[in-house]
Amino acid sequence: MQADDRKLKLDEEAILRSRSLTDLALARLWRDRLSMTAIGVLLFLTAASIAAPLITGVLGVDPNTTDASGSKYLPIFSEGHLLGTDNLGRDHLARLLYAGQISLFIGFMSAFLALVIGVTLGIITGYYGGIIDDFVNWIITTLNAIPGLVLLIVITAVFRPDANSLILVIVFLTWTATTRLVRGETLAIRAREYIVSAKAVGASDIRLMRVHILPNVFSLTIVTLARNIGLVMLIEASLSFLGLGVQPPTATWGNMLSKSREFITAGSHLMILPGLLITVVVLCLYIIGDGLRDAFDPTATD
Amino acid sequence: MLKYIFRRLIQSIPTFFGITLLSYLLLWLAPGSVVERLYLAPNIKAETRARLAAQLGINDPFHIQYLRWLAGDDWLRWDSDGDGIADHSFTLLAKLDEDGDGVPEPPGDNYGILRGDFGRSFVKKQPVMDVFLANLPATLELGIATVLTSLAIGIPVGVLSAVTRGRAFDNVSRVMAVIFDAVPNFYLAYILIFIFAVMLDLVPIGGRCVPNLYGVCPPFYDRIIYLILPTFVFAAGFIALFSRYVRTSTLEVLNQDYIRTARAKGLSPQVVNFRHAMRNAMIPVATLLGPIITNIWAGAIVIETVFAWPGVGRIAFTSAIQQDYPVVMGIVIFASIGTILGFLLSDILYVLIDPRIRIH
Repeated sequence: MQADDRKLKLDEEAILRSRSLTDLALARLWRDRLSMTAIGVLLFLTAASIAAPLITGVLGVDPNTTDASGSKYLPIFSEGHLLGTDNLGRDHLARLLYAGQISLFIGFMSAFLALVIGVTLGIITGYYGGIIDDFVNWIITTLNAIPGLVLLIVITAVFRPDANSLILVIVFLTWTATTRLVRGETLAIRAREYIVSAKAVGASDIRLMRVHILPNVFSLTIVTLARNIGLVMLIEASLSFLGLGVQPPTATWGNMLSKSREFITAGSHLMILPGLLITVVVLCLYIIGDGLRDAFDPTATD
Repeated sequence: MLKYIFRRLIQSIPTFFGITLLSYLLLWLAPGSVVERLYLAPNIKAETRARLAAQLGINDPFHIQYLRWLAGDDWLRWDSDGDGIADHSFTLLAKLDEDGDGVPEPPGDNYGILRGDFGRSFVKKQPVMDVFLANLPATLELGIATVLTSLAIGIPVGVLSAVTRGRAFDNVSRVMAVIFDAVPNFYLAYILIFIFAVMLDLVPIGGRCVPNLYGVCPPFYDRIIYLILPTFVFAAGFIALFSRYVRTSTLEVLNQDYIRTARAKGLSPQVVNFRHAMRNAMIPVATLLGPIITNIWAGAIVIETVFAWPGVGRIAFTSAIQQDYPVVMGIVIFASIGTILGFLLSDILYVLIDPRIRIH
């Protein structure tokens, strides 16, 4: 009995030491220079946004201090204002950093929640099938038949959400893709021998889903996460542009860009910079998404 | 084939009901009273307000209101002797004298959305169908110009990219595709407006034609200049999409035996690439049609707002802002029907184009 236990333990260690698919994928990603650059840029911008209070403190600027004494529309590299000032004389760099906090938070949080819902519902519907599956599928086909942005604009125009409820609204419209993906994969895995044998030795449904199915669908979904964050950030930007996203005075890159059209000639940097930040972040996320997809591709060779 | 189309149409019925249910639910949950939306009089007397509410039926339970919106109310209360006063009602769901003032309510005159009656706009007081049809040509014009432009650029770029795989053209076009994908389209619009309309003054800032008293525009070939910027901005994302799809499928096709045979016969690279490879590489493009129709509806809202293009997208946006619910719900449903048909059409096209697929 004791010998058996020890043997089992040794096997576990051997499994732990062997390189899993995830290890291999991460090693492959590490060697992908373009993706690593994108990760670096994204981390830098995220860190700068999180450290906004610190940075603005060091520079001695404040995102909400207005200055009516003629320092409106200062161009970039002005004295005391590295990225210039806006129409009210507020420091542009400070506003961009604080806006980044909100924009990135909405992007990451919505995509993460959509992933959690998608994986949970996908595994449940794929595993049990039957009436739950039919019902969830009906909701998914219905939501997919309505152009997402149209529905989003209607919901936000009617209910005027703040940053937190905006996340819920975006999640409500974006969980479907992950759910379909996970459901399909679960259907395929459910029929495999190791699931059947685990069931034969008496594993419960919960255990089957948690231990045997979840790890196998996980790499599939993590690959889509980066791209989904990018998509959500574009959605938030579009909504804010239309004046339906997060409302001022809370700044996001989207609503800063939206407001800037009024002073397109007086201060073109007010338009160019927030848009550039959105583009760069989304670009990084798409590149990371492609890199992850290639890295996790099981047919890839080292 | 006909059987397949029929089956697909039957399958989309539950989806259609889901859409109507969802959009009615949104209206039901919306804050604010319809009475106040409809009659812009905040000082209206409480009993008048109650009578209007009863006449509009907004005190009825959800399923009755939904049914009335879906199937109309002309069968709930009607006038059988032609004197303009209702004398019969479907007593299970509606009383003749709903507000209890001794005078019968007017007979129902709404046919319901199933019979194409989407009600009247709160703001414009016109039937929703008229509002939609009046704005549809502008959106179709922009949408068709966009799809044609993106096909005309995206497909050749994709094929050339695959043929020159790993070389300069391929790399540049792939980088451009990712950038076009990542840039918010209104940002691209602003930059192009700033450069080409404000600084260089080559094209108008927005609009569909020179504003005139009659509110009608000349045929599109007289005002191409108004179409250039919106079409290009709208098409940017689709060009990226097409070129990437066509590149992938061309790479697959180029490895096929019949391409090697064509090369071995001594045909010129142009003939092989563009006649043999491109035609087969185009097959997956057909499947993009459905998603593209969805994206045209959604993108139209932003593009038409930026360029002041008087189409359905801009109406959808302004109606949502003004809480003009009948128009909003009408547009959601029109857009959804367009999407369902778009997906159906792309599946049918796929079967028609690819002789290897047969439906049984």
